[in-house]
Amino acid sequence: MQRYIIRRLLLAVPVLLGVSIAVFSMMHLIPGDPALAMLRGQPQVTDADVFRVREDLGLNDPVPVQYIKYLSRVVQGDFGRSVQTKRPVLMDIAAQAPSTLQLALTAVVLAVTLGVVLGVVSALRQNSWVDTLAMLTALFGVSMPSFWFGLILIFVFSLKLGWLPATGQGGLERLILPAVALGMDFSAVTARMVRANLLEVLVTDYVRTARAKGVAQNMVVIRHALRNAMIPAITIVGLQLGTLLGGAVVVETVFARQGIGRLLVTAIMAKDFPVVQGVVLLAAAVYLLLNLMIDLTYAFFDPRIRYS
Amino acid sequence: MAGVTTTLNRTIAWDSAAPVRAETSEFRRTLRRFVRNRGAVIGAVVLLLIVLVALIAPLLAPYDPLVQNPTLSLQPPELLHPFGTDTLGRDMLSRVIIGSRQSLMVAVIAISIAASAGTLIGLLSGFYEGWVDLVLQRLIDIQLAFPGILLAMVIVAVLGAGLGNAMLAVGISLIPAYARMVRGSVLSTKPNAYIDAARVIGCGDLRLILVHILPNVAAPILVLSTVGVAWAILIGSSLSFLGLGAQPPFAEWGRDLSEGRNYLSVAWWISTFPGLAIMFTILSVNLLGDGLRDTLDPRLRQR
Repeated sequence: MQRYIIRRLLLAVPVLLGVSIAVFSMMHLIPGDPALAMLRGQPQVTDADVFRVREDLGLNDPVPVQYIKYLSRVVQGDFGRSVQTKRPVLMDIAAQAPSTLQLALTAVVLAVTLGVVLGVVSALRQNSWVDTLAMLTALFGVSMPSFWFGLILIFVFSLKLGWLPATGQGGLERLILPAVALGMDFSAVTARMVRANLLEVLVTDYVRTARAKGVAQNMVVIRHALRNAMIPAITIVGLQLGTLLGGAVVVETVFARQGIGRLLVTAIMAKDFPVVQGVVLLAAAVYLLLNLMIDLTYAFFDPRIRYS
Repeated sequence: MAGVTTTLNRTIAWDSAAPVRAETSEFRRTLRRFVRNRGAVIGAVVLLLIVLVALIAPLLAPYDPLVQNPTLSLQPPELLHPFGTDTLGRDMLSRVIIGSRQSLMVAVIAISIAASAGTLIGLLSGFYEGWVDLVLQRLIDIQLAFPGILLAMVIVAVLGAGLGNAMLAVGISLIPAYARMVRGSVLSTKPNAYIDAARVIGCGDLRLILVHILPNVAAPILVLSTVGVAWAILIGSSLSFLGLGAQPPFAEWGRDLSEGRNYLSVAWWISTFPGLAIMFTILSVNLLGDGLRDTLDPRLRQR
């Protein structure tokens, strides 16, 4: 297991290097002078400003040297400074990360709980009205853009019913609506996945054996069937986690919440490239790590899988 | 994968249908299977209607979607303006109708880019394997490391906001899905005896790929493309919603929805109708996609 983890981590290194090259190249793919592009929109740009930005970005070196310098800085946690706030990018990201993390985790917990319950119920009551209703809901769930669903939530629960605040930071009451909006798509996909896999597993021999030896229905489902049905579901859930990181960008905008997503959108609008690069690089690293962790959880659900 | 399926279908065709009703082609049986799938038919019909609306949009739109009329600002839905008007007094029905063109255009162009580039990469990767595969797949790995909408956002960040750039961005971000899927299909098609046979009688690589392998990959590409259309519309409208795609004053669903956000308490209709339009389009595409998958790949058919 340890060797497998180490090997996977080593395999992630070239991908991360590739990502860093891609992110680094962003700066050179922008049409025109990146320094000028970044200063555009700022009042009164002096030659000194341009020089400072070029120096900050290291644009006076040859490109390969620039990349090596960029990489060595990034490895040391130095992502440069934001053009807008003049603060180190890492500080800006660190300030926004807890909010996004909180949102994403709440969304995952909500979505997986709801998705698994819906999936199991509709698989056990296949072709009943419960099943039809659940799957229809799931179909709407995957088809509804989160930004629109978020607005509906705001309209109903904030503007009409006045139960929950529409926007901003703070306690649980400001977390629920964005988490539901972010998790909706996720729970719909999970429900469909769990249902499909459970239906497949429920007709296998070992489930029949378990039933034949008198195991109670609930135990058959929980101990025997669901465990095996979860393996493919986890893959999808894992892939969805990535979508969730991207989805946070949209949902944070809808609910005017602080977070990494908002930081990124604002940075893209302002052509604040050090921030864009920092956010994207970290997001990719986190995503790669998440994927590895998901692969490792397979062993928990399926003892036949042994990593070597 | 696809090869096995197709071979399976052919075997069944020979066994059951051939002697009695030789004229029943595989295509017709597939069609019949598809028509029996109620969800898929509903999806196809709704989608066709939406495409039709987009095609003849200028004829359908009762007003010019760009013409402002300050005296009619924020009119609720009524007979003359069934979807109401926005802050500038523009007719929302006309904007939703004309906006369909942008959303569908994003989907068509993005899928064209993704399907052609992704299929090419997948074919090369799966057919030649070895270092070609290694290099191409590592490039795909790098692309896949950018989760969800982020890749498209990065591309827009580099190219600049705008609908054209958004289309390109969405297209590029969907390439990995095709590349991976096609590669897998090619790898499972290659061991078939008819591929060896074709090679023995002197088929070149190009002919092998185009004539013998590509047709086997066609069904999964088609299925992926319907799912891809839903994705493209979703990412495209998300980009526009964030202000990175379509720019004002042009009518685009995501953009209009975003504009209506600030008037939610006084004018719910501005955001509602573009939102419904996006949802029904994606819903119909998803229904069609599910149906196509069930029809074209019997192994995946839901019980």
